[in-house]
Amino acid sequence: MAGPDRNPWRRFLALPNESRAKTVGIAFLVSAVCAIAVSGATVLLRPIQTANRAAEEQARIEALVRGVPGMSALLEQSGGTLTTVVLDLGTGGAAAEVTPETLEAALADAANWTALDAGGDLAGLGQRPDYAQVYLLREGEDVSLALLPMSVQGYNGRIDAILALRGDMNTIAGLAVTRHSETPGLGARIEEPSWQADFPGTEVRDERGEMRFAVARGEASTPFEVDGITGATRTSTAIERMVRFWLGPDGYGPFLRAVERGEF
Amino acid sequence: MARSFSFWPTLTEPLIRQNPVTLQILGLCSALAVTTSLATALTMSASLTVVLTLAAGIISLIRRHIPTTIRLIVQIVIVASLVIVIDQVLQAYLVEISRALSVYVALITTNCLVLGRTEAYASHNGVVPSMVDAFGNGLGYSLVLTIIGGVRELFGRGELLGRQVLPLAEDGGWFTPLGLMLLAPSAFFLLGLLVWAIRSVLPEQAEAAEHVPPATAEPAE
Repeated sequence: MAGPDRNPWRRFLALPNESRAKTVGIAFLVSAVCAIAVSGATVLLRPIQTANRAAEEQARIEALVRGVPGMSALLEQSGGTLTTVVLDLGTGGAAAEVTPETLEAALADAANWTALDAGGDLAGLGQRPDYAQVYLLREGEDVSLALLPMSVQGYNGRIDAILALRGDMNTIAGLAVTRHSETPGLGARIEEPSWQADFPGTEVRDERGEMRFAVARGEASTPFEVDGITGATRTSTAIERMVRFWLGPDGYGPFLRAVERGEF
Repeated sequence: MARSFSFWPTLTEPLIRQNPVTLQILGLCSALAVTTSLATALTMSASLTVVLTLAAGIISLIRRHIPTTIRLIVQIVIVASLVIVIDQVLQAYLVEISRALSVYVALITTNCLVLGRTEAYASHNGVVPSMVDAFGNGLGYSLVLTIIGGVRELFGRGELLGRQVLPLAEDGGWFTPLGLMLLAPSAFFLLGLLVWAIRSVLPEQAEAAEHVPPATAEPAE
C-alpha cells in the first residue's frame, strides 16, 4: 500500500487486536449492534405479545365462567355475553368518563391512583387504581355473577387473579389466577384447578357483615375458609389478604354495596 | 485455515460420532429439563440450533478483530442477544410452547454447548465451516433431545406430539402410563442408557478408566 490509508474504518481494523483503542472500540460496537437488535425485536414484537396476553386473559375469564356450576346455561340465556363495566372504585358506581378503551390511558396518569396507608394496605400494593374493569353477567335485571380482577404482592412478585362472586355478592363462584411468579411446586399451586376447586361456595362475610374469609392452615373447617397450601404459607396468606383487601372498603366494597342495593 | 474443510464430515460427525450431548456431555441441564414432551423438545432444539448457527456465523465473521482479552465476553454478548431475540419471537408467535420452556430458552446463553462451539471452532475457522459445524452440533443436540423427549412422552403419557398413540388403561386400552417418565430422574436414566448404547456400538468413545481398583489380595496361606 502506498502511503497511510485515509479511510478511518480500515485504519481502525488494521490496529493490532490487543491495542486499547481497538479493544474498547470492538466492545462498544458489539454492544451497540446487540442493543439495537434486542430493543428492535422487543419493540416490534410487543404489540403481538400484548394481544396474546389479552387473548389469554379472555380465555381464562371464559374458562372461569364455564367452571361455575350452571353458568353455561345462564350464559346462553343472556346471549352468552358478559357486559364490561369500568368502575369508579371510590364511589362504587360506573365511571362516568372512562370507558374500557380509554382505561389504559387513564391508568397511565398517576392522578388516577390512590396511595394506600400502611394500615389499610393489606395487599401490599402501596397504591390502587381509581378505576377497574369488571365483568358482569345479568339474569333479567339483577347481577347474577361479577368477575372482579384483583392483585396482591405475593412471595416472589405480584399475583393477578380474577374472583367471581355470585349475585348475593357474598358467595365466591370461582377464582382464576392470571399471572404469578410463585415458587414452582409450592406457591405456584395456586394456579392448579385442584386448589382453585375449593373456592366455589365459600362465603366471604358472616350474617353481621364481618369479613371472615381465610385461607386455612391445612384443611378448611368453616364455610369461610379454603384449604391452605402446605409449604407455601406466604402465598396462602397473600391470597387471603388479596380477597380481604379487594372486597373491603378500599377495594370493591362500595361497588358490592351498590349491587346489594340493586343499583346495578 | 490449516485444515481443509469438507462439508459432509463437518455436518455429520457431531450427529453420533462426536455428539455434543452423549460424547462431550454438554448442554445437559436443558436437555434434561425440557424433554417431558416431544413438542417442547423440538422447539428447544430448533431454538438452540438457530442460536448456535447464527452465533457461530457472526463470531466467525469478526473473529480476526476480536481482542483476545475480551473474546469470551464478546461471544457471550452476541449469544445472549440472539437468545433474547429468539425468546421474544417465541413469546409472540408460540405462546403455549414459550410458557412450557419458561426459563430454559433464556438459559441457552449459558449452555456450554453454544460457548464451547463458538470458542473452540468458530473463533478459528471461516464463516461457512463454522456455521456448518454449528448446525451439525445443533442437529446432534436435537437428535438426542428428540429421542429422549419422544420416549418420555410416549411412555409417560402414551402420546406423541399431544396425540394419543397408546390407548390408556383408564380409557379402556391396555397402557398404564409410567409416571416416572415425566419426572426429571427418567431423563438421566434414558440419557445414561443412550450413552451406554452408543459406546457399545462405538467402543472408541469409551473413556479409559481413571482409577484401577487394586487387585484383590490373595489371602495368605
